[in-house]
Order: sequence, then C-alpha cells, then structure tokens
Amino acid sequence: MATVAAVIASTHHPFYYRASTSAGADRPPFADEWVAKIEAFRQTLTRAEPDVLLMVGSDHFHQLWLDNMPQFLVGKAPFFDGNFYNEEREFGLPRLFLAGEEDLAGHILRDGLDAGFDLAFSNELRIDHSVTCPIITLRPEADLPIVPVYTNIFAPPMPRPERFVQLGRTLRRLVESWPSDKRVAIIGTGHLSLELGGPRQFGPHGPDPEFDRKAVEWIANGDIDGCLAQVTLDSLHAPGNATHGFMDFMLMMGAAGDGVKADYTDSLDLFHTMEAYFTWYPQGGSR
Amino acid sequence: MSKYLLNKFLYTVDRDPELVERYRAEPAAMVGWWEQEMANALLNCTSGEKSTWLSFTPDERDALCGHDHVKLFELGAHPFLTLTLFIAMFERDHGPLEYQKAYARAMDHLTLPYPDIAT
Repeated sequence: MATVAAVIASTHHPFYYRASTSAGADRPPFADEWVAKIEAFRQTLTRAEPDVLLMVGSDHFHQLWLDNMPQFLVGKAPFFDGNFYNEEREFGLPRLFLAGEEDLAGHILRDGLDAGFDLAFSNELRIDHSVTCPIITLRPEADLPIVPVYTNIFAPPMPRPERFVQLGRTLRRLVESWPSDKRVAIIGTGHLSLELGGPRQFGPHGPDPEFDRKAVEWIANGDIDGCLAQVTLDSLHAPGNATHGFMDFMLMMGAAGDGVKADYTDSLDLFHTMEAYFTWYPQGGSR
Repeated sequence: MSKYLLNKFLYTVDRDPELVERYRAEPAAMVGWWEQEMANALLNCTSGEKSTWLSFTPDERDALCGHDHVKLFELGAHPFLTLTLFIAMFERDHGPLEYQKAYARAMDHLTLPYPDIAT
C-alpha cells in the first residue's frame, strides 16, 4: 500500500511569487524573510521524498461556477494546466503544467464514494493559485504528478467544518489503502483570518490576529476538538469575510490525525494576512 | 433581486480582457449590452441555448453602471468577484496597494453582520 510521506498545510498567498522574484526598488521589505521561511518550509517536503502530491485547494470562481457548483471535487486527468488570465493579471503568476496521477484519483473517487462522500470529478481541470501557489513554494520544479481535490469554501451553502475534518480523515485512509508502493504527500492550503472586498481588507496584518493565534495553536497541536468547539460556519464570518478558507486547514488537521502535533510549525505576520506553515511526518520522516 | 446575476456579470467580465476594458471605459453602455446579450446565456452551452428569465433590478443596474463597489457589497454581490474585477479596472491608476486600501476605507461604515452573499 502507498505511504503517506508527509502531511502539509499552508496558506497560499498569491503575492509570494512576485515578492520573491522582484528585485531592486520593486522588492518589498519583507521579501527576504518570507523567502527564507518558504525555503525552510520547502525542505520539509523535499526531505519526505514524495512521488505523488495530493493537493487540496479551492477554485476561486475560475472553472467552477454557480450554475453547477460542486462541494468537493477530484481532478482525474493525465495533465493539468495551471493558473488563469486574471491570476496572471493581478498576481503576476506564471502558467504551469503538471502531470496527473489518474490511478490514485480513480481510487479516491471509487472508494471515497463508497465511504460516503459523493465526490464530483473533472477530467479536464485547470488548477488555480490554491494549488499552484504551494507548487511554487514547496516544489517549484513542478516535476511530480498530482491529484487535485477542490473544496467549496467560497460559495454558500458550504459543507460544515466537521465535514471538512471528516474528508481529511477519509483522504488519509484512502491514500493509505491505495495499492501502490508510492510515497504520497498530502498538501492542503487555506487561510487564517482573511477579508476580501470588505472594510477590513489589506490592513497592516490579518483582520483578526487573535483568531490567527488560536488557529496556529489548534493546527500545531492537532487540536481538532478544541477547534471544532469554537469554529462554525456562522462564527467564521467574524474574523473576516473570507475566513471560511480556514476549513481547508481543518481538513488537513483531519488528514494529520486527532491530537497529532505538527513536526514543523512556522508563521509570518504579513500585511493583509498571517502566513502559516505546518508539516507532519506520519512515518517519522524520510525513507 | 438577483445576486446570482450580479455575480454572473462580475464573473464573465472579469475573465475577459476585452470586457474588462469596455466596462472600465463605458460602464452604462456595456451593462446595457451585457444584460441584453449575455445575461441569459448558459455559460456551458455554445449552441445558443439561453435562459429566459434573468434581468437586473433597477438598484443592481445602477450599482453596476455607477461602478459602485460599496453598493454591490450591500446588495450581496460576492465580494471576491467585485474586488478582483475592480482591481483589474482601477489599480492601474494608483500606487501600490493604494486602490485596495481606498476601496476598504469607502466601506468603513459597514459593520457585521455583512449582507448575506448566499445565492
């Protein structure tokens, strides 16, 4: 059976690419510290020696739209193009091209359906910055096949936080039951407190530093019960109107396991958001 | 009231560079054209199949024609769609992050709970 080589949870700040590649007067003052943190974080994936990446993210109204909106969707295709015109325009993100791991995608769909998740699927999916940002930060070579899993954290009605945790637990079990000798890293990205298009956006830090502090603690300690006791679909409006993206972190807590402390935790207080980076090694690290 | 149709406008314009420029330059004419020609288009159909029932309310039409992102927020348009499109149209006229911060300041009077964005 396949091995879960690492479980990695991260924010996906679309400005990282531009900040890290800019020079001279265009280079923001926080870029060097940010790059140093990302390069250290990248090592946590490299050290796990993965063969395949299961990538959890959320389409930002690029390919998925309100006329036909899935709650959870698995990409099953031989290849995935990455990034859209408006992400190039706003964030300067490059186009990417990644291979898919169709056998794992098929296994997740079949056994996921049988496990009680009515997963939607796509055989032609263009992935957006929720998946490409962690490729850029964690595996810029873009040389490993992926299985993208999209969640709806964007368009109400959404599944409740408990459901995200359950899906994370299920994805972990599905990877571990995949008949393969491959090493799979499960990587998921979301947000801490975040406001987009509202009065609290683009402040000197994330809109709710207290929520961010608690969130980092929940994730780092694998404190699913503590997190679920305080986080609901309704409560997530308070820290910022885009904070439902935190549910992807909750999914990753489910994948990492109840009460399992992260082996690596880091964060960076930036304008607009707090960045946060976590890695677990279910098998104790490299092979 | 059709939050869905407001979102459909923002979504279809934001993904098309030509429509972004038309909406920036001639908002009233462009919104009129869009409502006439595009509002009922089924986005996944290329054969001319159309819906028959979608139109803006006067408030919605005015907010779009006036580039009024605060009103769009109050009407329950998806804030991510509005923000992304308005950055595409107007960030170019400002220094780094100036436009995004001014956009937030224009909404300073708004308090929780924000308008419901469910469609």
